[in-house]
Formats: sequence, structure tokens, C-alpha cells
Amino acid sequence: MLLKQEAENPQITHNSNKMNSIDALKELLYKIADDQLIIGHRNSEWTGLGPILEEDIAFSSMAQDKIGQSEHIYNLLHQLGEADADTVAFTRNSAQFHSSQFVELPIGDYSFSLIRHFLFDFAEYLRFESLKSSAYEPLAQVSKKFFGEIKYHTMHANTWVNQLGKGNEESHTKMQDSLNYAWNYALGMFEQGPAEDLLISENIFIGEKALQDVWLGTITPLLTQSNLTIPAQENWKPIFGGRFGKHSQHLQPLLEEMTEVYSIDPSADW
Amino acid sequence: MDNKSDQTVNSIDPRITRAKIHTGNTSDMEGLAHFQTYEVFHQNKRGAQHKHVGIVHAPNPDMALLYAKEQYARREVTANIWVVPSSCVSATEYADDDIFITAPEKLYRNPASYKVMDKINAFKARGGKPTDNA
Repeated sequence: MLLKQEAENPQITHNSNKMNSIDALKELLYKIADDQLIIGHRNSEWTGLGPILEEDIAFSSMAQDKIGQSEHIYNLLHQLGEADADTVAFTRNSAQFHSSQFVELPIGDYSFSLIRHFLFDFAEYLRFESLKSSAYEPLAQVSKKFFGEIKYHTMHANTWVNQLGKGNEESHTKMQDSLNYAWNYALGMFEQGPAEDLLISENIFIGEKALQDVWLGTITPLLTQSNLTIPAQENWKPIFGGRFGKHSQHLQPLLEEMTEVYSIDPSADW
Repeated sequence: MDNKSDQTVNSIDPRITRAKIHTGNTSDMEGLAHFQTYEVFHQNKRGAQHKHVGIVHAPNPDMALLYAKEQYARREVTANIWVVPSSCVSATEYADDDIFITAPEKLYRNPASYKVMDKINAFKARGGKPTDNA
């Protein structure tokens, strides 16, 4: 409630503790929206190239969903005093993005895109499930609004992973290899924010550690049912950095491609 | 067919160039079995009839439902979707469509053919009471 008042009246004088919780909230919103924008753009690269027509349409449609969801979260940031959604999405450089390195990786072959879709979307589904009861009401509202959309994304992902994990030797091997490659990047999604304890204490967010635990508890049996094996725990080395603007060589070229048309005339009205 | 399978498509769309699609050779597609089709039935609210809206190609019912959702329920208000393997549909033969020819003539089978409003209005005028001989 305090946060809502502060958001509506940014001129209110805050003590440093409250300012920090706003900053922590913004950091949370940025990483959610940036993950969605970047994976949405990546997955849209399959448009026209999908394995069959129906899958092409479904995967493209979900990519659109992600970008639409990011816009809603950017709008929440705008209400908190950040620049408008287009400016935030299209004018930052890679060091200003809070997305995990996982989402910026190239689409690879379809097995990798499907495994990333599975690992990312279950994390997103569980994140939004917990955020439905966030003390930050605007975020709770957005989470409720998009929950069904994201639920379909997990159904799509799990059905495919199950099909190919249990398909033939070739499909199983491709899926397992992609899972092995994706795993440490996927763990990087749960990099803790700089002031996460504030969000936890104010019941805005359950925190990345708790979220990762729920995620592992959800995906482990599903992967087992698909004859796929999570890498041994002693080999887990989460690839962090994305939340703090440290990215692989893949993000900046993606941003340049994504903003190519926008950059021609940023003032154009679409 | 020209032998250019070692060349890849160069497009102004960078995604296409990255995909390294080989030119002049479609033999990869030959021999690929098509998925079966599923008939899709769409219901716009609970209790309403499911209406046939089209087909999807899919390897099994679970995938067919996933695709039916995106093909036929991404714009419309939707309560429920059915998919049924097309192979489960039994149909009449078009060669036998003469069995239907006289049906439109049989107006007595159409409720609109019966002039009953006089009787209904009289019934209401009696306060909903049956006639003596009813």
C-alpha cells in the first residue's frame, strides 16, 4: 500500500529505506520484463521457419504473448517514473538490460528452443503464480491477467518435451543434449537481486531462492516422465551476471536487430 | 533439378540467412509422412453446442489440442475445444446425395409451417387454463 502511494506521488519525500524498496521493486520488474522481451524476440525468430505450420503459428503466437506481457510490465515501470515502454525496450544497450543470459542465447536447433521454452516458461509460470498474491497490487493484477496465457505456454512446452524425450533415440539424444547445455544458463535465471530481502520482507516477492526450489520441485518429475535427466548437482554452475547487466556476446546484436526499424525514426507513430 | 544444394538462401531477413536454408533441393521433404488430421470443434460458452471449425495436423490428440487452441481459439471467446481424429468420422457419399433431395419440400416438418399463434393467444387470454375438452 505504501508503495502504491509512493508510485502515485513520486514527489513524496522518502527515507532511504523506502527508496530502496522502490528501487528493489523496479529491479524485479525490469528483470521480468526484460526476460520476456528478449525471449519473445528470440522465439519470434522461428516465425516462418517452424517445423510444421501449426507449430509455427503456436510458437509465434506465444512469442507475441511474451512481448505483450513485457509491455505491461514496462508500463508498471513507467508508472513508477521510468521512461515509457517503447523507449525502455528500444533505446537501451545490452549493459542496461536485466535479462538473464539464458534468454539471449541464439535459438539453436528446435530441441534447444523447446528445452529453453520448457525451463523458462515453468519458471515464469511459478513466478507469476507467486506474484498473484504480491503486496504490490499492480503487479498482482498483471500476474492474474496473464496467468492463463502462461499456463498454456507450459502445456505446450511440456507436451513437446514429453513427445521428443520419449520419441526415438535421435529425438531423445537431442533433447538431453540441449537440456545439459541449457541447464547452467537456466539456473542463472534465479540470480538474486541486490535488495531482495526488502521485497521478501514487504511480501512483494518470495525471492529467487524460494522460486528456484519450487521450480525444481515442479520440473524434476516432468522431466523424469519424459525420460530426461537433470545434470548431476555437483556440476551445477549457474551462469549469473545478466541481472546486473553482464551479458554474453549474443545480446547486443539481438538488440541491434530488434531496434533496427525503430532506430530509423524513433519519433515515428506506428 | 539443378544441383545447388550446397548454397544457402541469402535474404534481407537476417533470420533466413542464419537458418542456412539450402536452395534448389526439396528432397529433404520427400518421404516425410504427414501427420493425420483432427477435426476441431469449438464451443464459445458452457452449455452451447460445439461447432466444427476446421482441422489441424498433429501426431496425437494432445498435440492436436495444443494446435487447435492456437489455430481456432486465439481470437474468439472460447469455453472448450474438442478434437476428433478425422479417421473417426463416418460420412455419407456425395454420390448418394439424392437421399436428401425432397427434404426441403416437406414443410410440415418445419415448426415455422405451423400457424399456432392464435391458439397460444387464446390460451393466454384464458389465463393459462386448458379448454373444457382438454
